[in-house]
Amino acid sequence: MSALLFLAQRATAVVLAFAVAVHLGTILYAVRGGLTAADILARTHGNLWFLIFYGLFVVAVAIHAPIGLRNVMREWTRWRGRTLDIALALFALLLLGLGLRAVIAVFVS
Amino acid sequence: MTGAAQEARLEVEVWRGGETGHFQSFVLARRAHQTVLDVVTEIQREHDATLSYRFACRVGMCGSCAMVVNGRPRWTCRTRVSEVIAEGNRLRLEPLRNFTIVKDLAVEMTQFFDKWKQAKGFFEPGAQPAADFAVVRPATPQRQAADAGIECIGCGVCYSACDVVAWDKDYLGPAALNRAWTLVNDVRDCGNAERLDAVSQSNGCQACHTHMSCTQFCPKAIEPTYAISGLKRAVLSRALRGGS
Amino acid sequence: MMRASHRQRGFLAAMIHRLSGVALAIFLPIHFLALASALNGAAALDSFLAVTRQPLVAFLEVVIVVTLALHMTLGLRVLAIELFDLREKTLAVLSVCVAAVCAVGLLFILNLG
Repeated sequence: MSALLFLAQRATAVVLAFAVAVHLGTILYAVRGGLTAADILARTHGNLWFLIFYGLFVVAVAIHAPIGLRNVMREWTRWRGRTLDIALALFALLLLGLGLRAVIAVFVS
Repeated sequence: MTGAAQEARLEVEVWRGGETGHFQSFVLARRAHQTVLDVVTEIQREHDATLSYRFACRVGMCGSCAMVVNGRPRWTCRTRVSEVIAEGNRLRLEPLRNFTIVKDLAVEMTQFFDKWKQAKGFFEPGAQPAADFAVVRPATPQRQAADAGIECIGCGVCYSACDVVAWDKDYLGPAALNRAWTLVNDVRDCGNAERLDAVSQSNGCQACHTHMSCTQFCPKAIEPTYAISGLKRAVLSRALRGGS
Repeated sequence: MMRASHRQRGFLAAMIHRLSGVALAIFLPIHFLALASALNGAAALDSFLAVTRQPLVAFLEVVIVVTLALHMTLGLRVLAIELFDLREKTLAVLSVCVAAVCAVGLLFILNLG
């Protein structure tokens, strides 16, 4: 990957290290005694900090995952070049779209 | 030798041919302090003169005798048979991986050295000769970083061990990148802008995934992984400062 | 059988890191779709969560949590080597990673009950 992609991947890795630690900690705490939709939505509904945190989380993942997959595809399959880059850019958009939709879904519901 | 006991025999499988070929088996006597190079030489002189292999110094200075012994790349002159024989008294000898095979145990080294050139792994004196001797203090971090990697003799063991080289034929490889790092740390060198360009393309340092096979197998205990990490940091800070 | 030169810790760490990353990349869209079912109301999300209480699915959840913890701790190892020049004793580092991941997995299992 180019220097810029490498920078993006490592920078989002640092962001995700923090975000995943928080996410795992939250999940571990939240699943105690079972988890219902009401539990989740009670925490997330109208919670601006939640929206910002998980919004940034989604953006970071949408950058980090496709770049990682790009390395895997280029090294382990014969797929490389423009078409691979475009496919992964589309995957990035998919993650971004579905992710932000999910974050907003639990924010407004 | 009469009545040779079971434990005094050595079975050796040797790769014969080029990219396609077969393993040929030989049976030799075990001798005390035998090295794998001794074994190969004995095969070529006593059993099959058509076997092709490389060696030069025989004493662990030139790196010419590198090959894959029981799955691991190493210098055969510095490998005692007793070290590697745990697997049932059998030796398996193959040419270095990731190189084009010329014949049997000899490989084509040209691409390996071409990548050193590609990585700008050579000293760049600059357009003007220096006005005076450069002062290079040995204890500085830069000189220590350079010293850690300059003993490389280009034997190809790290390149053979590297998975990324196997997966991506264009990857510059640990030796070339290690050499580039020693020059990045050489205060007399004037070519670092071009060198960082050379090592930051898609085949450059960022393709390293820290498997650390290079560091594991280097016979001179050089640690190319950390040289490559140094290059990554140099490339990242340059990208952050807006040049890439 | 694994090639001899692959039977070393750096390769194992890198493979677990890579494979866990691929698994997470596949899992994520499903995760996002599940959460977005809340758009259809809490009941829709609840009916999905009911599915996750089945033993097999609960087990897979533990697997996902462990996979995430693995990818993160092994990613931190890579960052430590690359950014902070960590001269790792790989075995020590890997042991810490595995211990951290086990702790996370265990906590998750305990809390699920």
